[in-house]
Amino acid sequence: MIEIIDILFSANFWAAALRIATPLIFGVIGALICERAGVLNLGIEGIFTAGAMAGWMAVWLGAGLWGGVLVAAFAGAVFGLIHAILTVPLGLSQHVSGIGVTLFATSLSYFIYRTALPDVSSPPRIDAFQPLDIPVLSELPFIGPALFQQTPLTFLALFLVLATAYVLYRTPLGLAIQAVGDNPAAVESQGLSVYAIRMGTVVAGSAIMALGGAFLTMSAFDAFFFGMVNGRGWICIALTVFASWRPGKALIGALLFGAFDAFQVRLQTEVGSFIPGQVFLMMPYILSIAALIVVARRADYPRALLVPYFKGQR
Amino acid sequence: MIRFEPRPPASVSRMLGVSLAAAVAALVLAAIPMLFAGLSVFQAYGLMVKGAFGSLFAFTEMLTRATPLILTGLAAAVAFRAKLWNIGAEGQLYAGALAAVAVGTGAIAAPTFILIPIVVVAGALAGGLLMLGPTLLKTRLGVDEVVTTLLLNFIVLLFVQMMLEGPMQDPMGMGWPQSEPILDEAALPKLLDRMRIHWGLVLALAASLGVYFLLKRTVWGFEIRAVGENAAAARHAGIPVTATFIRVGLLSGALAGLAGVGEVAGLKGYLTADLSPGFGYSGIVVAMLAGLSPIGVVFAALFIASIFVGADSMSRATGVSNYLADLIVAMALLCVLVSGLFLRFKVKFITAPSAKETGR
Repeated sequence: MIEIIDILFSANFWAAALRIATPLIFGVIGALICERAGVLNLGIEGIFTAGAMAGWMAVWLGAGLWGGVLVAAFAGAVFGLIHAILTVPLGLSQHVSGIGVTLFATSLSYFIYRTALPDVSSPPRIDAFQPLDIPVLSELPFIGPALFQQTPLTFLALFLVLATAYVLYRTPLGLAIQAVGDNPAAVESQGLSVYAIRMGTVVAGSAIMALGGAFLTMSAFDAFFFGMVNGRGWICIALTVFASWRPGKALIGALLFGAFDAFQVRLQTEVGSFIPGQVFLMMPYILSIAALIVVARRADYPRALLVPYFKGQR
Repeated sequence: MIRFEPRPPASVSRMLGVSLAAAVAALVLAAIPMLFAGLSVFQAYGLMVKGAFGSLFAFTEMLTRATPLILTGLAAAVAFRAKLWNIGAEGQLYAGALAAVAVGTGAIAAPTFILIPIVVVAGALAGGLLMLGPTLLKTRLGVDEVVTTLLLNFIVLLFVQMMLEGPMQDPMGMGWPQSEPILDEAALPKLLDRMRIHWGLVLALAASLGVYFLLKRTVWGFEIRAVGENAAAARHAGIPVTATFIRVGLLSGALAGLAGVGEVAGLKGYLTADLSPGFGYSGIVVAMLAGLSPIGVVFAALFIASIFVGADSMSRATGVSNYLADLIVAMALLCVLVSGLFLRFKVKFITAPSAKETGR
């Protein structure tokens, strides 16, 4: 018991929690804005993979780290555009299109990686982002090591939470995004294009998702591995429901998730010899299902989520 | 300006045309990654055709690969018919395989004609029960089944790894994470000497006929189709919607479980954690290519299997990554989605709005 309290009060633990939460923050924010506009984006798992591979490969080919981040975002946007075209003007099943985009983005990333590096035994490494170690701030007790010794992408994720909340709640564009997810016909009657808003949002959301993948290969690790995304995208879809489609709650949800994951890793070192490792590896997925069940009764889905809109439809 | 006008239900020949067009489109698009990898496109396709149809052995290998795809394709088709989005066939396949190993490696001693049915039923039951959870969460609490079935895939695979490194590990397996071998009495017999093709194929074809009959000729099948077309209207018409979802979930999971049975009891003979290279996910592509028709699933599975087997062989000959196969399969899914538009809608190209429209 004392040990558990020790863990919860160590700055290292919270630093790890924030690190684990970072890709999820990108993913949930991306998924959240797509769904706010009425489009479920199950391409997320593949977009994570594409962002991870494209960002890493750009840096490996000589681009700067931020150049790699841009390439990752661009790759995400391209796959987002495919999903947007299929689901918005063409009105096809968002479920099947999303799965299709995931299969396409994943297999394309793997194929390009294998074709570019046909016979490497160990994945080549890049010089990944380093923790910032902001002077003064990082020397603050507790908060310093937990918050101010993260890599730049973590700060970008935190900034995106604020930016998304601001755009969604305080700008006309945000109101329009919320409206196309709730009542597209009303938006059309205001002379705005439902297609343009939905497609733009899906493309932007997909670019943000891809940054979560880029964090994996450019910050958390320094190489690309097959299967490294490992369901993180699906976890983000569950966390989006858990967060009731709100950026602030999305941050809290991702942090809770990160804290739990960091905690079980530490627990594993204590009791690992009694319980098989797979039990711990299962926990994130079980937790995600539990999160869905907890909020199921009061989940307030955007009303036009999954509903295609056709121009001139009443 | 493009406009879509709804069409009456499509004829079988038009559905067939759409699927064929999508398959051809995916193969044409595949030329792009082939050129990127420095392949000569015609040579590559030649090698693929040879690899899947070039000899009796190649052909039986293709049929062997199609066997689990037919079953996971049926699992997706029957669920999607009711708009129950079961994306968990991969996990259900492993559940079926695990159950088959649990009863087929010595726990029960019985002659072949008893033991094989036990193994088959156990696998189907395990897959069905695994799908029951997400189905009940959907009908009782409104939890989206897409996410729960996807997440369960990861949980089940980890559970299988845990069992294979723990209680179900083969003590004679030199420490490898694999199960004990399936007893000879529990193994599905081979169909041909010196080939890997096994009775799982017959099981898969029978399942396809069974699902066809169920959907076309029975009250339950009618209810499944009605729920899929409009659940609210079906409920209003007195159709037991919840019970239908549960039946569909059990059936869909059971079909995916059977795929796992075939792979361990017919092909591999023991269980490892890399039993399936994504048959569950490919099953979704099979079902969509088939237009969710249970008979069409057989042909779509043959197509997808020949891509996988052909690409494997092409990859061995040229050194180009066989992820090309996954890429072609993914593109086939996107192509069939788009071409499906031509089934439901007449696509009209309009230059200016007509008087009738502006008058509204």
